Amino acid sequence: MTKHGIRRNHGKCVLSPELSSSNNPLKGPRLTRRLFGRALMAVSALAASRSTLLSSALAAEPIKIGFGMAQSGPLGGNGKAALLAIEMWRDDVNARGGLLGRPVKLIYYDDQSNPTLIPGIYSKLLDIDKVDLLLGGYGTAVQAAAIAIVMQRKQVLIGTGAVAVNEKYNYDKYFQMLPSGPNSRISSSEGFFQAAMTMEPKPKTVAIVGALTEFSRNVILGARENAEKYGLKIVYDSGYPSNQMEFGSIIRSIQAANPEVVFVASYPPDSAGIIRAAYEQKLKTRIFGGGMIGLQYSELKQQLGPMMNDVLYYEFYVPAPTTNFPGIKEFIKAYQERAKKVGADLLGFFLPPFAYAGMEILEKAVTVTKGLDPNAIGRYIHATTFDTVVGKVAFAPNGDWAKPRIFFVQYRGIVGNDVDQFKQVGKQIIVEPQEFASGTLHYPFAASQ
Amino acid sequence: MRRIPSWIWPVVVAVFILALSRLVENEYYMFAGYVVLQYVVLASAWNILGGYAGYVNFGSAAFFAIGAYGTVVIDKLLEPPLVVAILFGGIVASLVGLVTAYLTLRLRGAFFAIATLALAIVLQTLVTNWDFVGGPLGVYTIRPESIAGFPSYVNYLFVVMLVLALIAVLVARAIEISFIGRGLAAIRDNELAAECCGVPTLRLKVFATMLSGGLMGMAGAPFPYYITYLDPNSAFSIAYGINSIAMPLIGGMTHWIGPVIGAVLLAVIQQVATVTISSELNLMIVGVLLISFITLAPNGIVGLFESYRQQRHRRPST
Amino acid sequence: MVTFNLLLNAVVTGILLGGFYAAVTIGITIAFGMLDIVNIAHPVFIIMGSFIAYIVNRKFGVDPILTVVVASPLFFMLGIAIFRFYYAAFESSGKGSLRGLAFFFGILFVIEVTLLLAFGVDYRLVQTSYIGPNVGFGHVDLPLRMVVPFVGSIAMVSGLHIFFSHTFVGRAIMAVAQDEFALSLMAVDTVAIKQLAFGIAIATGAIAGGFLIVIQPVDPSLGREYIGRVFAICVLGGMGSITGTVIAAFILGVVETITSTLFGPSWAPAVSFTALLLTLAVRPSGIMGR
Repeated sequence: MTKHGIRRNHGKCVLSPELSSSNNPLKGPRLTRRLFGRALMAVSALAASRSTLLSSALAAEPIKIGFGMAQSGPLGGNGKAALLAIEMWRDDVNARGGLLGRPVKLIYYDDQSNPTLIPGIYSKLLDIDKVDLLLGGYGTAVQAAAIAIVMQRKQVLIGTGAVAVNEKYNYDKYFQMLPSGPNSRISSSEGFFQAAMTMEPKPKTVAIVGALTEFSRNVILGARENAEKYGLKIVYDSGYPSNQMEFGSIIRSIQAANPEVVFVASYPPDSAGIIRAAYEQKLKTRIFGGGMIGLQYSELKQQLGPMMNDVLYYEFYVPAPTTNFPGIKEFIKAYQERAKKVGADLLGFFLPPFAYAGMEILEKAVTVTKGLDPNAIGRYIHATTFDTVVGKVAFAPNGDWAKPRIFFVQYRGIVGNDVDQFKQVGKQIIVEPQEFASGTLHYPFAASQ
Repeated sequence: MRRIPSWIWPVVVAVFILALSRLVENEYYMFAGYVVLQYVVLASAWNILGGYAGYVNFGSAAFFAIGAYGTVVIDKLLEPPLVVAILFGGIVASLVGLVTAYLTLRLRGAFFAIATLALAIVLQTLVTNWDFVGGPLGVYTIRPESIAGFPSYVNYLFVVMLVLALIAVLVARAIEISFIGRGLAAIRDNELAAECCGVPTLRLKVFATMLSGGLMGMAGAPFPYYITYLDPNSAFSIAYGINSIAMPLIGGMTHWIGPVIGAVLLAVIQQVATVTISSELNLMIVGVLLISFITLAPNGIVGLFESYRQQRHRRPST
Repeated sequence: MVTFNLLLNAVVTGILLGGFYAAVTIGITIAFGMLDIVNIAHPVFIIMGSFIAYIVNRKFGVDPILTVVVASPLFFMLGIAIFRFYYAAFESSGKGSLRGLAFFFGILFVIEVTLLLAFGVDYRLVQTSYIGPNVGFGHVDLPLRMVVPFVGSIAMVSGLHIFFSHTFVGRAIMAVAQDEFALSLMAVDTVAIKQLAFGIAIATGAIAGGFLIVIQPVDPSLGREYIGRVFAICVLGGMGSITGTVIAAFILGVVETITSTLFGPSWAPAVSFTALLLTLAVRPSGIMGR
């Protein structure tokens, strides 16, 4: 009898007596439920036996790192880029002899940008795949759903690209690689407003608009606070549903309020739509931009081309004389080579360096603490400043970066739609924060011309 | 020898699964099993209106989300035990079902379907604009570490859903074999003729909608505890609407066991695919299965069994 | 601060949008309104059209609308093929509507996933000479990006209206919609006619896809956002009536933009669909329904 209780019977496969019903296999559909009950038992027995087999394996057993990562759904584009960076780290670390002398193996599942799948995925990783370390996926919603299980199992979770996930729990082993810092709400727009206030004469009014998604809402709340802090009057404040396709009327409403500054918090399709509408309506304002996701990707930069000029928006990393961190140039080059083949974002400026840096941090922590104990790793990461491809990284008690470092950037001199010009140093000017600035703010907004 | 009434079987299986859940330590099976059982409830509830009465509901997600957000609201106000939240969700959802039924009472089937779709969109917009439940920012629900009488809270959630599934199945069966079921079947076959025969079509349709919606709301009530972070996109996911139609279709819509078979089959496949094939092909599976079954087995798996049985007994089909 | 200028522009934008919505919905008007086929997969054919327009535009720089018009015969044949399969498998009976629905659900997923596998999850845009510039009439500013698809939509819908009311085949299709049995008694091959109609429906979807990608960036899952809208417009307009669809589409477009301007865009979806629900409650036959 084979493992699955199937008995080979004259060349036919029949279910063994335990798994089939009595002589009449078709005693009505109700037997199907019993069948599934028994099948469940068989499957659990099988799973249990396989895991005992693994634990008695040899010492060169790989270290398994498990995570969910969006490979489809709205966040799939970024997820692919982040995954590529993590795989690059795995190849690098294995070439150097592995982690703690053991090869690293990645086990990941596509979370489809859907937090509903997270409990299943993470419990499978922990209970069936028996991974040694966990990572977060990409996106606020999926990490928010994962943190409960991670907390319950007292594991470390390093994630990229999520905002305010740890606000409610204050879990001490959660780390976020987004450079927004502990108050991402504020830091996502602080640099923007700081830059705007350097204009002469100082602006007095601002329009705020954003998508009704968790990320945009967070950013907008912070923008309102910042507007108040810098003494700007909010003359327009509205949200739009995430599937909004028509922005002309929104831009017109904004224009009617005559703001000197326009702050937008948007996702890729609306980022493109709003900029296009602004150009079509020849929006008259001095500064335009904000927390606009999507402008960091090559696809949109390429499509928008010269419409990117003068938009003041945030990037986490752009190549500039002031951002020459150790190893970043090599990483970007290697990434751009591999990205072409897997269909990930061609530039790799948004998530990949930070995903890679997160792995560097994990590697250092595991190596120094000489083991996989989450408590030791967590304590070490909190206590240390790391040198990574994105510069020096230190964490605040809630797991965010201790010091925010969001670059507010303007493009200059973009002509046509060729993507390579975006790779050149000099096209993108870092305006804020001051210690990384590579140029000065340009205003008024080019579309007004 | 007395015939064993058919309701015994679901109870037996439920008890069996309950016993299993005590033995299995792996939380993964609790999580995965929860989702499967949740779909058993949704599919059975849908079938009361869709299969028995022939009124296709596109907006299962709306009723499910009412249950989920109902729990969020009542947790903020009272912090009651989960059972209370489930009842609350069920009642609110069935009231919404009542309103929907009256709004669409004069429409024939296709319009009802579109009305339910519109309902789902309107509700989602309302929830997204309602800051009390977090709006687009979502809302966190802290899952308790443990609960008395169960090895873990996740286990408790699984058992709660198991009980809900049992209730849904028994209710569906009770409806099916009662005069209500016959009335609904008459409506399905020819509503005008049923009216002429004195079947109280309006009352039956409203009752079925309320019951169906209420059960779906109950299925959604524990969801915030399952997912711990609830946002409108998760609660109103189109997956609920699609699956609750596909599962009874594939399993068979005329018998209460059909939605169960369809739900278990489709949900298990989806859960397995998530952690194995794990890519966009996931969705493809649902699509291919749907097309295959619809073309080859129009009456679902139950229909296949029935026709096989008829063939074996060499009874000429009437 | 709401000015006359703002409102006027909102109404005009709404009309432009409405024209586009009409083009998107007309396929459903034919398939669902006239033939009683619940083709819930219609939006996915629109997206297919968008992607074909995208590739050709990207590789050869050809105008997207031109591309889809040229490609529409292919979609016409695809529609015929699908209808043949549908008819053979389901032989529309009372229950057939539901089975047909499930069938098209399946098609929706299969095609969406195929597009995902082929193109990935990114949003795609096209480049044309009329994306960017505005045309102005006094107080009103019209982006050409919306005007050109509007003109195209009106042309297509008008063409179809003429087809249905003045050609023999067109009238045959309307006859099938009214009373198939009677028509078959008059020795007309109703299946061939329905097949033709469905092919036309799918072809219009593809053409609408060309309009779509001019107006906004497109990704494979975008179709789902339109399922609700197209059925709502079709029902609002009175099922098989083309005029009704156009009117309903305009109404929806204007209501959406006005709500967006006056109350903020976040309420727009609720308003449009609440309007639908009310219509269904008060006058289910729609605007032009019989």
